Amino acid sequence: MFKPDLTRADVTPERFWLNRRKLIAALGAGSVAGGFGLRAAAQEGLEPNTWEQITNYNNFYEFGIGKEDPAQNAGDMSVDPWRVTVDGLVDNPDEYALDELISDIPTEERIYRFRCVEAWSMVIPWNGFELNKLLAKFGVQPEAKYVAFETALLPDVMEGVQFPVLDWPYTEGLRLDEAMHPLTIMATGIYGRQIPNQNGAPMRLVVPWKYGFKSIKSIVRISLVAEQPINTWQESAPSEYGFYANVNPEVDHPRWSQATERVIGAGFFGGRIDTLPFNGYGNEVAALYEGMDLRENF
Amino acid sequence: MVYLLGCVPGIFLLLRGMSGQLGIDPVETLEHELGLLALQFLLGSLTITPILRFARINLLKFRRALGLLSFGYLVLHLMVWLVLDQQFRLDLITAELAKRAYLIVGLISFTLLVPLAATSWSGAVRRMGAKGWVRLHRIVYLATLLGALHFVMQEKVWSPESLSYLAMAILLVGVRLLWIRAW
Repeated sequence: MFKPDLTRADVTPERFWLNRRKLIAALGAGSVAGGFGLRAAAQEGLEPNTWEQITNYNNFYEFGIGKEDPAQNAGDMSVDPWRVTVDGLVDNPDEYALDELISDIPTEERIYRFRCVEAWSMVIPWNGFELNKLLAKFGVQPEAKYVAFETALLPDVMEGVQFPVLDWPYTEGLRLDEAMHPLTIMATGIYGRQIPNQNGAPMRLVVPWKYGFKSIKSIVRISLVAEQPINTWQESAPSEYGFYANVNPEVDHPRWSQATERVIGAGFFGGRIDTLPFNGYGNEVAALYEGMDLRENF
Repeated sequence: MVYLLGCVPGIFLLLRGMSGQLGIDPVETLEHELGLLALQFLLGSLTITPILRFARINLLKFRRALGLLSFGYLVLHLMVWLVLDQQFRLDLITAELAKRAYLIVGLISFTLLVPLAATSWSGAVRRMGAKGWVRLHRIVYLATLLGALHFVMQEKVWSPESLSYLAMAILLVGVRLLWIRAW
């Protein structure tokens, strides 16, 4: 079982604090974390990210390439009902109604660092469940080696897709063992609330040790495949974005350094910190890549 | 008067910064807005002659102000990058400058503009002679192209905004190449 080294207070802004205490109490989850949280935050030196920051600073190019475009433009996307097609090397391929598909999977809170390939970072309290619990429902066949994902393509509400900045629909992929890893989650909420459209409603992937673009949003298709799929950014610039995209301070993006990151919310003078290998999750995930040249497989 | 007007967007940025209205990542916003202002004023200064030639409207007296305002915003843009973005970490800054083409392009553009700003006073024209001064200040064409290129190069994708600035720069410089026969 994964134990995060970040605590609740690393992300909870003061103005949500009391509300969250109430919520935690209401859920019967206990409020033990509350007491120690602030001290831990001071030790880690992490600036908490607020709901406002997390939901107003997004890369979701289908809704525009500005960071605040998704928050402005994603409101018209209807996420209920939502259907997810599951196909490829599975025993139970189907087009599933999302609410029925995931209704019996309990959600939990995961507080993860989020490191964008553009060299900025946040800390985000996701609500979701391990992807392996979802994949278990489909009957993954032994020939399947990779999982491919696809984002909704809704030209009526996504004004960004008129421009050929990327080859829509947005696609991503993981090796099966990465997908099955307990750190890899499907997120359906943030701060205990339903995930907003601009953050990838109704369900998005979160792979905390990889650059943010791997964590594909608003998923409509999950395919189990034998061959390594090509992801959208890799297709757009293969020399700049690889399939693995593990956070790695040693391997720079060709046009900028990945050695450090700017902490969103740190203000004018707060913030640039050193980037951690695997975004700080090396203990949990480095073994997945044993023997691989991570410079080659960036 | 033009200087005062030209400072308005800068003061506006400052006020937004002080009241926390520069968005979620104020450093990025400030850096990008200042760079954009520098490019806009630079392009603006290059429209003066075409406006005179094509529309017969004489705005020559504003040209120096536009150029100097551009340079002022450029200095601020560079300072924000050095101090707020890179946090003055010299190890990072030197490593970045050595490796990143878009930074090198931007820095060359800035360096080319330094002598132009330094010779922008009326006395410099007298001392250098009008012909030499005009020759020196043709550097602005190269600096403008490089500035617009720097904007395009740092984008993750081909964005319509940065490409339209590059197109404007090419147009304004291109028209000079047609005019200038003898260098």
